[in-house]
Amino acid sequence: MSLERPIAGSRAAAADLPADRPADRPLLEAHDLVVDYPIRRGLVGAMRREPQQHVRAVDGVSLTVAKGEMLALVGESGCGKTTTARAVLRMLEPAAGTLRFGGEDITHLPAKALRQLRRRMQLIYQDPYESLDPRFRVHATMEEPLAIHGVGDRAERRQRTRDALERAGLAPPDLYLDRYPHELSGGQRQRVAIAAGLVLEPELLVADEPASMLDVSVRAGVLALLTRLRQEADLGILMITHDFSTAAHFADRIAVMYLGRIVEEGPARTVVNAPAHPYTRALLSAVPPRNPRERRIPEILKGEPPDPTAIPRGCRFHPRCPLVQEQCPTIDPALRPVPSSGPDAGRHRAACVLV
Amino acid sequence: MSLLEVRDLHVWFELGHGRELHAVQGVDLTLDQGERVGLVGESGCGKTTTILAVMGLLPPNASVAGEVLFDGENILRRGEETVAAYRWKDLAMVFQGAMNALNPVKTVGWQLREPMQLHGVASGARADARARELLGLVGLPASAADRYPHEFSGGMRQRATIAMALACDPKVLLADEPTTALDVMVQAQILQLLVELTERLGLTLLLVTHDLPVVAQLCQRAAVMYAGTLAEAGPIDQLYHQPRHPYTRLLFAATPDIYGEDDVQWIRGAPPRLDRPIPGCPFQPRCDRAFAPCPTERPPLRVVGPAHRAACHLNDLDSEVQPSAGAGSRA
Amino acid sequence: MSAVLPETGLGAEGEVGPRPSRVGFMRRLFRERPSALVGGALLLLFLLVALLSKWIEPYPIDAQVGPVFGPPSASHWFGLDDSGYDMTSLLIEGTKVSLIVGLAATLVSMVIGGGVGIAAGYFGGGVDTALMRVTDYFLVIPDIPLMIVLAALFGSSLFNIVLVIGIILWTGTARVIRAQVKSVRQRVYVDRAASLGAGHLRLIVRHILPQVAPLLIANTVLTVAVAIFDETALSFLGLGDPTKVTWGSIIEHAFDRSAISVGAWWTLVPAGLCVSVLTIACYLLGQAIEDALNPRLKVAHLSARGFRLRPLVGAGRRAL
Repeated sequence: MSLERPIAGSRAAAADLPADRPADRPLLEAHDLVVDYPIRRGLVGAMRREPQQHVRAVDGVSLTVAKGEMLALVGESGCGKTTTARAVLRMLEPAAGTLRFGGEDITHLPAKALRQLRRRMQLIYQDPYESLDPRFRVHATMEEPLAIHGVGDRAERRQRTRDALERAGLAPPDLYLDRYPHELSGGQRQRVAIAAGLVLEPELLVADEPASMLDVSVRAGVLALLTRLRQEADLGILMITHDFSTAAHFADRIAVMYLGRIVEEGPARTVVNAPAHPYTRALLSAVPPRNPRERRIPEILKGEPPDPTAIPRGCRFHPRCPLVQEQCPTIDPALRPVPSSGPDAGRHRAACVLV
Repeated sequence: MSLLEVRDLHVWFELGHGRELHAVQGVDLTLDQGERVGLVGESGCGKTTTILAVMGLLPPNASVAGEVLFDGENILRRGEETVAAYRWKDLAMVFQGAMNALNPVKTVGWQLREPMQLHGVASGARADARARELLGLVGLPASAADRYPHEFSGGMRQRATIAMALACDPKVLLADEPTTALDVMVQAQILQLLVELTERLGLTLLLVTHDLPVVAQLCQRAAVMYAGTLAEAGPIDQLYHQPRHPYTRLLFAATPDIYGEDDVQWIRGAPPRLDRPIPGCPFQPRCDRAFAPCPTERPPLRVVGPAHRAACHLNDLDSEVQPSAGAGSRA
Repeated sequence: MSAVLPETGLGAEGEVGPRPSRVGFMRRLFRERPSALVGGALLLLFLLVALLSKWIEPYPIDAQVGPVFGPPSASHWFGLDDSGYDMTSLLIEGTKVSLIVGLAATLVSMVIGGGVGIAAGYFGGGVDTALMRVTDYFLVIPDIPLMIVLAALFGSSLFNIVLVIGIILWTGTARVIRAQVKSVRQRVYVDRAASLGAGHLRLIVRHILPQVAPLLIANTVLTVAVAIFDETALSFLGLGDPTKVTWGSIIEHAFDRSAISVGAWWTLVPAGLCVSVLTIACYLLGQAIEDALNPRLKVAHLSARGFRLRPLVGAGRRAL
């Protein structure tokens, strides 16, 4: 690895990944994950023994996150990305599929073992104010994970807390230890949340829209922090976001979700510069460029954002697809490699008959 | 003559115990008929308070100074008395998060007819017909008039709130973060709708948002607010390519562009508190180009180009040209 | 994709935002709501009287110290009852016992109601449904007839009275607490603590209870009023402990001995007033706490017709 590390979250940072390909050091592997949400039946329905109906929020999602890599899971609301994140952390039990963490099968791990697992993977929430207990001072929030898992004595916990705050960019830590959340700015609160996630020295961070509720001028700081952690601590990061631009700049790989499935995935730059799936292309075209001289005509998809309770037959996207073919209402395409030459060959896949 | 002109607008909020929050500190804006102008800034900068003041919708602990001229008339001249006549009939507003604040027990049609009836614009069958017409204008089917808000998606509800704002045929539409809570695809549709409305109806739009790319695509001119004051205002092209205020430059630099390869930047620190007077430039503590006069002298808003104003001491230095977004130094 | 939060707090200058505290809440409560002050003061007065009863009763409560139905005078502020006992002493003793019963019954009801409410609100699902059905049954039974039946069945010692009242009252608490616990349970920081591996006990005690406690306190204060009223009613109906003096028993005695026909209002009215005043005091304080806790009442509304105009003196930055 090179000694010179870029400071901000830049594209160049991704090139510093170890020489062995990331896929050889998988941290998290999900295969064909399926997650169902029960639809409320009500007392009468239950008494009548009506069959429990489900919404299939995640329908066969496979992904991997390697050590030191950031995978961005991108999609619109209702696509299942948040559910996938929670399933990966085993906050929900998948209805089908397998989950492996550090080589170990965790799909149906019992509650006790799950507690141990939680030390190794942490969730960063979207809303930095709601995610911190307003009655806990910063040091209490940060020492809680350590107390729950019985790590160290008071002195050691205090030291770990200080270290984590510094790593999260909140220095000097003593300035922050006794503060309540409402005395801190949004960016600072999110850094506290990240620090509280670091205090147990996890291997995987799952960040759910970590910057979307922060002011624009502060976002890159928090995202750059995640990038730095990825490099320094070899942390694997799964980032959920609806913001393609953020994913393009900070993530190594992008996976695009639609209606519970991944429709395209690959190296971030490749997916953004050469999208293979019509949905990805349409989404990218709808993102307004910041340069007023660039006029991008958005490809506006017809129809409404889809409803997970009414999944179309065949290719899920076909009712709204501008390039719909004859066979699309009948064939449900799997992810297939996008033909290309160059270093990324084979790593870029899309679920479309046109690939 | 401009259609809407805001002159030296100040808004104070009483905080109790003799303390005051100076939320808006001397804002000037002009809108000509048919224009789309953006009012940009981050949370707490005073942009929403500004347009609420224009509509006269401030709470009792607020006091306002300055003028808001609509077609030359100061609509704030006698406070609520004068501004009420213009509200909804000449000036209309789409509130932040309005699509979640629709009345759940009234049909969309009823909610469209209500402002018409209240302001004496139409009633009965005429109101009903006009309501359906408005729905068509915003891209909703006429049958939507008989349905309830919860039957619609977020994007469709937002269209309904825009239709409601247009119910009494106003000349100016003030939209507060109209697409912030929407998916990017739906956002594109709503933005397209706003462009259509300004072009077809001759509507004038003041778009308040923190989302710079939206303003870059939609608006011809924009004003950037920081800590209650205007940092810079001018043609959007100039703001991006030749910003004359470090905050404008840094704000663009902090906004990632999908295809761009530059580092995304961020600005350390936070905006200043507005409950005490600020000597000097409010952005100075976070500015990467601050120099001698900045901490003690407030930079006045001065003209730096055609229809382009900025409040920064750097513009007083003769040969200083600020680098444009994307090549800026790190904060 | 929700609203963006304001970027305030410790700025580059390291400014400090305002710090909250529980002490601050109490101070604010009493400063902003005079009703809380009045209610609290009255309650304190009653509590003091009850605590110091042994030392401030001017006469023994079971010895004749004057004429039967003697009117109020300098040596007997509240006169004498049908047996020549000093009313002042009786009232003070009654304060003590009524308060004991009221507080004890409230404690019983808080423990049961709080427990049920927390369990139902936290666990939800089947537990919630089952507990709420039980609560509903208790809610539906009319208070006074139930008290009469239970008192008749199990006798009327003070202990039984406390239990009976406690059993009646817990349902109100249970519902209120359940609603609050349910709402707090869904907050993100609770979810986060759970995702860290926190067990039920930690979540309830460290995260949920602190949010619920203020409401519980308000509810407790209001319950005390009802408990004392219920005790008074029971005693008045003759179901109270005959060996103890309570406000209810004083009133009952007065009625029994036809005090009204003799015109001896002082054997009746003061006791009734005590109950009323204590009830009012509890309501004032309890409502004030509840109102202070209700966030919706604090939201500044978009109200038109409110703002004021200021003449602009000077221009730009130097404007007034």
